Amino acid sequence: MIAKGLVWIGGLSPAAWLAYRAWTGDLGANPIEEIQLVTGWWGLTLLLCTLAATPIRRFTRWKRVIRLRRLVGLFAFFYVTLHLLNYLVLDQFFAWEYIAEDILERPFITIGFAAWLILLSLASTSTTGWIRRLGGRWRKLHSLIYVAAVLGALHFTWKVKADTREPLVFAVVLTVLLASRVPDLRRRRRSRRPAQ
Amino acid sequence: MLIRKRSPDDVRSSELTPEAAYLSRRRFVDRAARFAAAATLGPSVLTACDILPGQDSLSEGTGPDDRAISPSAAPGLSPQEVQDFSSARSELGEPLTPFKDVTHYNNFYEFGTGKEDPARNAGTLTTRPWAISVEGDVANPAMYNLEDFVAPHKLEDRIYRLRCVEAWSMVIPWRGFPLAELIRRVQPTSRARFVEFTTLHRPAEMIGQRRRVLEWPYVEGLRLDEAMNPLTLLCTGVYGRDLPNQNGAPLRLIIPWKYGFKSIKSIVRMRFVSEMPRSSWMISAPREYGFFANVNPTVDHPRWSQARERRIGKLRRQPTLMFNGYADQVASMYTDLDLRRYF
Repeated sequence: MIAKGLVWIGGLSPAAWLAYRAWTGDLGANPIEEIQLVTGWWGLTLLLCTLAATPIRRFTRWKRVIRLRRLVGLFAFFYVTLHLLNYLVLDQFFAWEYIAEDILERPFITIGFAAWLILLSLASTSTTGWIRRLGGRWRKLHSLIYVAAVLGALHFTWKVKADTREPLVFAVVLTVLLASRVPDLRRRRRSRRPAQ
Repeated sequence: MLIRKRSPDDVRSSELTPEAAYLSRRRFVDRAARFAAAATLGPSVLTACDILPGQDSLSEGTGPDDRAISPSAAPGLSPQEVQDFSSARSELGEPLTPFKDVTHYNNFYEFGTGKEDPARNAGTLTTRPWAISVEGDVANPAMYNLEDFVAPHKLEDRIYRLRCVEAWSMVIPWRGFPLAELIRRVQPTSRARFVEFTTLHRPAEMIGQRRRVLEWPYVEGLRLDEAMNPLTLLCTGVYGRDLPNQNGAPLRLIIPWKYGFKSIKSIVRMRFVSEMPRSSWMISAPREYGFFANVNPTVDHPRWSQARERRIGKLRRQPTLMFNGYADQVASMYTDLDLRRYF
């Protein structure tokens, strides 16, 4: 329970800090751009944290970490949604013709939007009721989080002009996290095979 | 070949003085008259261009303030105070971008790729002594000391829009002199068709150059007619004072109808050449950044729209103007050019 409280504090504090900076006029010359960068950074970071839960459980014996995963994932969705809303409202101010053009014609925005759609479907089926209702299909649906993370990392890499250092860090962390799941996949496939 | 052409559309000079002097009623009336005259002539450049304080008759007030703004009193080329441009007006009524934003939101990758990195990191740059070499197809190639380079020219203040390729923009009072004046001085030969500019390469002081984010040193170029256009300015100052390091001290270019990355900073070399130079951004991403880089709302960047821009300090985006609003002065140079192909 303490751990859960910490996740709440940790998950809300970047937003609180951003709001405080906005309130005090500390977001620099281009506040809308700054909000876009900060919310995107936290969305992607928390997405990677969500993916880290299983490897952490395996390597540290901290079994209960998995119970925090849903909340971390929802915070990831929260920041990605803020990222999208900032783009739609403050940045574009509902200029739908430009927004449609961006989403349809600019691949880095297309994949960012696709990632948000995936996260939306995962967040809305994250309740215990939906887990029960979907049964075995739930796990399959929620493995789409890997796709969302890859799209998110690509979206970031594609967006920067020349300095790809930071997006590369995300890509490397993501690759490590994905690679750490490979043994799991093998084991699962093996166990599914009928006994000889 | 190098005939100076002046049309009534060119930059008009009105007056601008430090705040204290504004109090003089006579000067106020004078300015009002000039402003009215400028308005009638319909200058297409944002007006309120000014003359270096000191060349102007400041005889009535000789307080300490006047000494502070006298160019000879300061070690640099201009005084060190930010001057008050608050009464400056433009034909579009566009307010100036605050000095704080002009100096703390910069793309100057030599000092880091974050917008606030240059303001943080550029303090280390030594700008004196500063040498500028003029080379290539030119009658008078020479290595100049900065002071000698600038001395023959009368510095003037000009308010220009600056449109970044990233779709944000500012309105900035630069101080400098037309590049055309310098070109006439050094006399390019008939072989010269382009001018190539190079930024200082000094990784010890420019920490961004320690990583190869771009091909260092930074290189930019202009066609000779673009370089000769009266709008093209060699700048030593902003807001009536010397350029802060993060804005490209001690000498930079301003080409207001092109995306900001063309306006190369901290220049150490000008080379007159017959072949089109390859700029750093052309090398880095040839699909995205061309040689001309004229501001054009109808030709999008491959990754984002150029139809609108965010003026720093404003909430809503506004439409981007063809050639950044300077079409009257520059469009004739491109009548035979497919702007979609030569972006």
